[in-house]
Order: sequence, then C-alpha cells, then structure tokens
Amino acid sequence: MRKPVVGVGLLAAGLAIFPLLSPSAFAYDLAIRVIINAIVVVGLNLLFGYTGQISLGHAGFIGLGTYASAVLTTHFSWPPVAALLAGAVGTGFLAFVIARPILSLRGHHLAMATLGMGIIIAIVLNNEMQYTGGSDGMPVPAFGIGSLILSGDRNWYGLVSLLVLIVVWGATNLVNSPAGRALQAIHGSEVAARVAGIDVTGVKIKVFVLSAVVASVMGSVEAHYLEFATPSSAGFVRSIILMTMVIVGGMASVAGSLVGAALLTLLPQALSQVEGGETIVFGSILILTMIFMPSGLIPTIRDRLVGGRL
Amino acid sequence: MNALEVIGVSKQFGGVAAVDDLSFAVRRGSIYSIIGPNGAGKTTVINLLSGIYRPSAGSIRMMGEAVSGQSTDKLARLGLSRTFQNLQICMNMDAISNVMIGGHVRLDSGFLPALLHLPRIRRHDAELREEARALMAFTGLSQYHAAQASQMPYGALKRLEIARSLAARPKLLLLDEPAAGLNHVETDEIRALIEQIAATGVTVVLVEHDMKLVMQVSTRILVLDYGRKLAEGRPEEVRSDPRVLTAYLGAAA
Repeated sequence: MRKPVVGVGLLAAGLAIFPLLSPSAFAYDLAIRVIINAIVVVGLNLLFGYTGQISLGHAGFIGLGTYASAVLTTHFSWPPVAALLAGAVGTGFLAFVIARPILSLRGHHLAMATLGMGIIIAIVLNNEMQYTGGSDGMPVPAFGIGSLILSGDRNWYGLVSLLVLIVVWGATNLVNSPAGRALQAIHGSEVAARVAGIDVTGVKIKVFVLSAVVASVMGSVEAHYLEFATPSSAGFVRSIILMTMVIVGGMASVAGSLVGAALLTLLPQALSQVEGGETIVFGSILILTMIFMPSGLIPTIRDRLVGGRL
Repeated sequence: MNALEVIGVSKQFGGVAAVDDLSFAVRRGSIYSIIGPNGAGKTTVINLLSGIYRPSAGSIRMMGEAVSGQSTDKLARLGLSRTFQNLQICMNMDAISNVMIGGHVRLDSGFLPALLHLPRIRRHDAELREEARALMAFTGLSQYHAAQASQMPYGALKRLEIARSLAARPKLLLLDEPAAGLNHVETDEIRALIEQIAATGVTVVLVEHDMKLVMQVSTRILVLDYGRKLAEGRPEEVRSDPRVLTAYLGAAA
C-alpha cells in the first residue's frame, strides 16, 4: 500500500517552494487557477477514474457553488462562509436526489444524462437574470470571515494550497482503503462487486455526492477569488476540459489529477505565443498523449519506472 | 441441517421457463453438484441462488432463512459467495486487491473513516492483505502476489475468483464451472482445492461439465434437463439412473 503521507509531503514541499521563487502576480494567478481546477479534478477522478462513472456535467456543480456564493452574499447579504456551506449542502442534496436514477444508467446513457444535467444547470444560471445577471455574469464580494477580508495573491495561494493538501490527503486515504477498493471494484466488474457484498448503488451515490460537493466548494472559492461569477464557468466546455484533465493526467490516479489539471490549465497559456495555431498544437498534444500514453501521464510513467514487475 | 433449500422455484424469461418448479436441498458441509446438458438451466439456478435473478415463483432458504428476492450484496453478508463461468475479475486492479475485495463484507467500508485514515481501518486492511496472501497461497497463486490481474493466465484467474470468494469466509460457495477451459492437470488441482474447501466446513454447490470431476467430488448430484429435475442422488445412483443415461450421459457412460 502506498503511503499517503509521502505524496502529501511532496506536494506540500512543492507548494511551499513556489512562493520562494518570488513569482509574479501573473504566476500566482496561474498557480491559484491550477490548484482550483486540480481539486475539482481529484474529486472527479474518484467518480470517473476510480469508480468508472462518467460525468459530462461536473462544471454544473461548480456553477451551483459559484452562484450560491454569488447570489446569497450579494442579494441576501449572507456571510461568504455561510453561503459556501449552503452551496455545498444544496449541491450535495441535489446530487443525492439525482444520483439514484442517473447512476443506474451506464456508458453512453450515463454520459447523456450527466450532460443534460450540466446543461440544465447552465440554462438556469443564464435565465434567472434578476439574480444571476444572465450571461453577463455578476460581481461577487471578496471572501472574508467577519471583518477579516482575504486579499492578495499570497493569501489566496495559501488558502487554496491548504485546501488542495486536505483534499489530496483525504482522497489518497480513501483510495487506499476498503472503500476505495470498492470504488475500483465497481469499475472493474459491478457484478463481482455485488457478489463481494458491495452495495454498488449506495457506493456510487456516495462518490457522486462527494465529487459534486468538492466541485461546489471550489466553485464558491473561485467566485470569491475572481470576485466575479459567469455562467461559462459552469458550462459544457468546462465539463469536457475537466474530464480531459482526468484522462490526460491518468484515470484512477490522484497525482495524475494534479498533473492533468496543471497541464491543461497551463498549456493554453504557454501556447498563446503560437499565433493562431494554439488550438491545433493544444489538440495535437492531447491526441499524441492519448495515443502513446493511453492510461494517462502518471500511470504510464509509474508503470515505466516500476517496469518489468512480472 | 440444510445449508440451502430450494422449494418449487421457477424462472421465466418471456414465455420460456429456464427453470421450472425446481426443488432440492443441500446438506451443510456437503459438495452438491448440478449437472445437465447445455441450456438445462444450471447457470440460471446459480444466478437465482446468488440473487442475480429473482425467482418468478417458489422460495429459497439459506441456513434456514428465507432469502428469495434478496439482493446479491445482502446475500453476501449472509454468507453466500460465488464464482463465475465467464470470469468477473477486476482487470483494473492487481491480483491481491481482487482477493481483498472478497473480504469487503468484513471490513468497515465507510467513506468518512477512510478519508480520515483511521488506524483501525489501516490495521484491519493490513490483516486482510495478509489473509489474501494466504488465500492466494492456498489456491496456488503465490507466484502472482505482485501481478496485475490483467497479466494473469486464464487458469490462474479461475483460481483467483475462488480465492476472492473464500476471502468472504462464506458459509455457502457456488462454483460455476470452475474447471471449464482447464487441462487435466489444472482440473485435478481444482478438484483438490474444492475438497479442501469443503473440508473446512464450507458448503459447496458446483455446476460443472467435467463428469470425472463431478463424480469424484460430489456428495450428491442434481441432474437438470430443460429446467426440470431429471434425477437427484449420490454419484453412483445418478450414474446408473437409466433416465440420466439416455437423456444426458448417453450410452457411452
């Protein structure tokens, strides 16, 4: 069994070193965006990579968190923490209610159902103009507890770093436990999982709710960080990018989630120098990764390193 | 004392009766074989017993408890485990994890204690890993300790399924064609394994085409034909039953 402490320790060291390189405001901004995406992707990897349940609507859950924070703080003067928690509980409840019918579907049907769910959420956010500002989006107040306002790149970096450490630690513990083995067993063979006494439906619901709540919380965090909410952050394209992050980084790999999120957040930035050709280069990199590393970056590298076992 | 009682069970698929008014009882600690020509309904019976199918009629009692219509995972918690004719191995996992899945019912599999990495979880999991290692040795899979399931040959995967079922410490074990596709040497190993399992007090229900194996290990044999009971009895009774000879074994037997 892999030691969760080692991975979390390495990540903590990496996160601690970054500010010592005296990064620019731009670099801080990128790092914070990478980490926010990474946390959502770790949650999505539990559902998709480990349990094998596809979700093409995960950005919808981000959107629910984003707008719970935006609307409750702006229109109802809720404190940001209360709005964040309300968003998380609300999203968790919604995920719980729709999980049973949705997760009894498989393959293409599950993909269609989650796709529909994400699109419905995006439509609602776009149409409830009086609360959300529609497609123009809406401003979101700064994050704070009482009179203590969180501001500045370093502080935001500190907060999301802490969050990613907690999520990676929890996720690594989970996947190395009997519950995590149950997730992978469902991916491998549902009927074998049932015969082993695994409550397949119950476990699927739990991991769906967990990943939805993680997405919602990060939606709230993102809204306060950007101090703006826009429906595109909850849209279909983002759901696809999140899935791509899981696949490129590596299915059933917590470390892969981090690498996938970093790569797909940073690559478009790095390629913006390539005038006009960035989408082509970006697409080519993804296609080549999938051709030569079909199980994703981290699992492929790990297998090469371990190599030759049996 | 019966480990299993099947009373008037039928299973219809559309208008077709795959199993028709079937009754039999399996004594605790015995090896009970179900044989019959292809399409006789053997696997349907196993699927009914393990909750994959619900019976259209009739009732099933396990260890004296009515269990018909119970879900597969609930039956597992009551002490039933099985293997599959067409393998159900988690190819995305390593071999020992596949065995450890079998021990799922005996562990705390809650999300919260797992997320928090409670020492209790780690300790029980380490114990299960040791037990899985021992079960792999018991089923002759020691050389595959570090293997991915996807790297293992067919015969080894058959035994991996048996190891996984044993990790559940079942009271009743259903083996669906454990020797199918195996050569003579491997079949002999499976026979020895089944006898060893039964010797530990586990009741075994065996569906198998290999007549030599069935005649050697079985305490009693049920012969199915078109979903109905054709004959039932000790191996020597079944072997000499004229109905079985004509309908199934043929003149050569």
